[in-house]
Amino acid sequence: MQTATSIQVDNGVNVAALLGAREALAQAPEAARFTWRARCDWVNGTHSHATIDGYHGLGEEQHHKTRFTFDADHPEVFASEDHGPTPVEYVLVGLASCLTAGIAAVAQHRDIQLRSITATLEGSMDIQGILGMDSDVRNGFEDVRVRFEIDADATREEIEALVAQSQKRSAVYDLLTNPTNVTVSVA
Amino acid sequence: MNGDLRRQSSSPRVLPYRVTAVVVIGAGQAGLAMSHHLDRRGIDHVVLERGEVANAWRHERWDSLRLLTPNWQCRLPGFRYAGPDPEGFMTMPEVVDFLHGYAQKLSAPIHTATRVLSVRPAPGGYRVVTDAGDWRCRTVVIASGACNLPVVPALATSLPTSLHSLTTRDYRHPGQLAEGGVLVVGASATGVQLADEIQRSGRPVTLTVGEHVRMPRRYRGRDIQWWMEASGLLDQRFDEIDDIERARRLPSPQLMGSETPATLDLNALAALGVQRVGRLVGLRDHTLQFSGSLAAHCAAADLKLGRLLETFDAWASHRGLDSELAPPERFPPTRLPASPRLSLDLARGEIRTILWATGFRPDYSWLHVPVLDRKGRLKHHGGVAEAPGLYALGLPFMRRRKSSFIHGVDDDARELSDHLVGYLAGYSHDCPANDPGDSSEDGKGENRLAQGGFPCRNRMDASARVVLTEGD
Repeated sequence: MQTATSIQVDNGVNVAALLGAREALAQAPEAARFTWRARCDWVNGTHSHATIDGYHGLGEEQHHKTRFTFDADHPEVFASEDHGPTPVEYVLVGLASCLTAGIAAVAQHRDIQLRSITATLEGSMDIQGILGMDSDVRNGFEDVRVRFEIDADATREEIEALVAQSQKRSAVYDLLTNPTNVTVSVA
Repeated sequence: MNGDLRRQSSSPRVLPYRVTAVVVIGAGQAGLAMSHHLDRRGIDHVVLERGEVANAWRHERWDSLRLLTPNWQCRLPGFRYAGPDPEGFMTMPEVVDFLHGYAQKLSAPIHTATRVLSVRPAPGGYRVVTDAGDWRCRTVVIASGACNLPVVPALATSLPTSLHSLTTRDYRHPGQLAEGGVLVVGASATGVQLADEIQRSGRPVTLTVGEHVRMPRRYRGRDIQWWMEASGLLDQRFDEIDDIERARRLPSPQLMGSETPATLDLNALAALGVQRVGRLVGLRDHTLQFSGSLAAHCAAADLKLGRLLETFDAWASHRGLDSELAPPERFPPTRLPASPRLSLDLARGEIRTILWATGFRPDYSWLHVPVLDRKGRLKHHGGVAEAPGLYALGLPFMRRRKSSFIHGVDDDARELSDHLVGYLAGYSHDCPANDPGDSSEDGKGENRLAQGGFPCRNRMDASARVVLTEGD
C-alpha cells in the first residue's frame, strides 16, 4: 500500500534528488557551503531596484536560469511613490515561500498528496521605532504570524506535523527567529 | 603471544606490561555487563576503571537525582532489582549499591583507580597505557560512557565574570548557588529537573527551551517506561531506523524519578513560576539573546507526544489490553508565555547564575586509533568500531533505543561479545604472532574458542603474566 501511494503522490518535488544530495554532501561537506547574493541600485527617493543573478554553491559559481529583478519602495502614506513592496514585505514573502517550499518537500517525502497550500502572513510593527520617536520600540517586527490553509490527503495531525517540520528546516524561519551577524561596509 | 615483541635491554625506559584478550574500559553498567558476557564465554579480560565502580553515578551527579527508570526495570545480565518497591526510582547511592553488588558477583578482575591514558594499535591488537601500568590486548571495549565532558556553547567564554557559570556535572544542590535568578540552559531531563528544584529553592528560574521530548510520567495507570518497553519501542534496532544519526541525537525525554511519580513538563514548570524562553542563541555585549522559536518547539513536542500516545493506544488495543488499563487520555497543549522574551540584559543583575544543562559528549582524547569522524564522534556500526577488535558499549541508541539504559546494555553486550568471540577466533587462525605454546594447555571446560591461542582465564591468569618491552 505504501508503494502504491508513493507512485501516485506527486507534489512536484524531487525527493530522491534531495536525499541524494544529502548523501553526496555528507562525503564532501565543503560543497555544502553556499553564498547567496543580491545587488540593489537606488532609483529615486525610497525607490530601489534589486537584481538576483549568481550565487556560489557546490564548489563553483552558479546562475539562476534568468536574472530576477525587484522594485522596492514605500507606500504613499509614507509620502513615497509606491513603486514596489516595502522591504519588510519582502521579508514576509521570503518567510512564506520558504515555509511553503518546505511543506511541499516534506509532504512528498511522507507520501502526502497536496492539493493547495495558502499562507497568509502578518507582521506587526510600531513605526515609532523607525521614526526614532521612542527608543524602547524596536525597528523591526514585534511579532510575525503565519497561518496556513492546507488541503491534502492527510489528517489534521499529519498536516500540523508537516508545518512543524518545515519550520524546523527553514532558513528564513531561522533568520527571523535567531540573531545573525551582519556586517555593513563602504567600498 | 609475545613473539612479535622486541626486548631491548638497552632501552632506558623498560616498562612491564600485562597481557589479556580483552580490555574493557569503564566499570559502569556497560563495562560490568560486558564482563559478565565475556566471563560466560570464558574470555580472558580485565575491566579498567579510572575511579571506583559506578564512578560517574557516584561522583558526577546532583544530590537529588533518581533514575528515570522504575526499579523493576533495573536489571543487568543475571541480576535484577529485588527490593520492596518495584515502582520506585533509585537514588544515586542506591544505584551505586546496585552496581557495586553486581560487580561483586563478577569474577573478572576490576582494576579500580586505573585511568586509561592512551589506547593505540599495536602488533596483534592494542596497547593500553594507564596510570597503573600498561596492557597489551587483542580487543578493546570502550564502555566509558557517553557523558564524560559537558558540552557548553562557545558564547559561555564571553560571559561577564560577575556571573557564576557552572555545568550540571558540578551542580549538586541549590544551596551552592547564589541567591537570585538562575538561567537554566536546556530543557531535556536534566534541565527540567534542575529548573524545578532551583525554582522551589526560592531562586527564580528562566529556562531556555529548544527541541525537546515531552512525556508524562504515567499513562493509563502505568509508568511511561512500561509502555516504552512493553510496546517494543525500546527494542527498536539501530539498523531498522530511518535516520539513526538523528535518533542518536534526540534529547532525553522530560522525565524525573521522584519519591511519588510526577510528570515534569513545561506546564508543570510554568505553574511553579519558571519563565520559559527560546533557545539561547547569542550574546551581544552583556545581553543574552533567545530564539523566537519557542512556540514551534513546543508545538512539535506536543505533536510528537500525541503520536507516541496514539502508537501506545493502538498497540494496547491490538494486544487486547484495554480492559486492564485506564482509558486513553490526552494532555493539554504546552502553555506558552504571551510574548516570550527575546533578550536578557545581564547587567541588570536579574540573573546571578547560569547552569548549563546542554548535554555531554564522550571523551576520546586518549583514543589514538583513527575511528573518529570529523566532529570527533566514534564511527561505529552498532558498537563495532571501524578498527578490528575495537568495540563501544552504552552509547545512545547504539544497537537499540534502550542501549544507554541500565537494562538496555544486556542485549548489546551479549551481541557484541558474540562478535568479539568470532573476531578472536578468526584472528587466532590468521595471526602468526600466536604463541602455539598456549594452546597445548587448552581443551578444558567452558573455553569455546578451542582453536584459540589467546589467553583464556581457565588456562592461565593472564593478568599475572608480565612481559618486558620497550617504553614509549
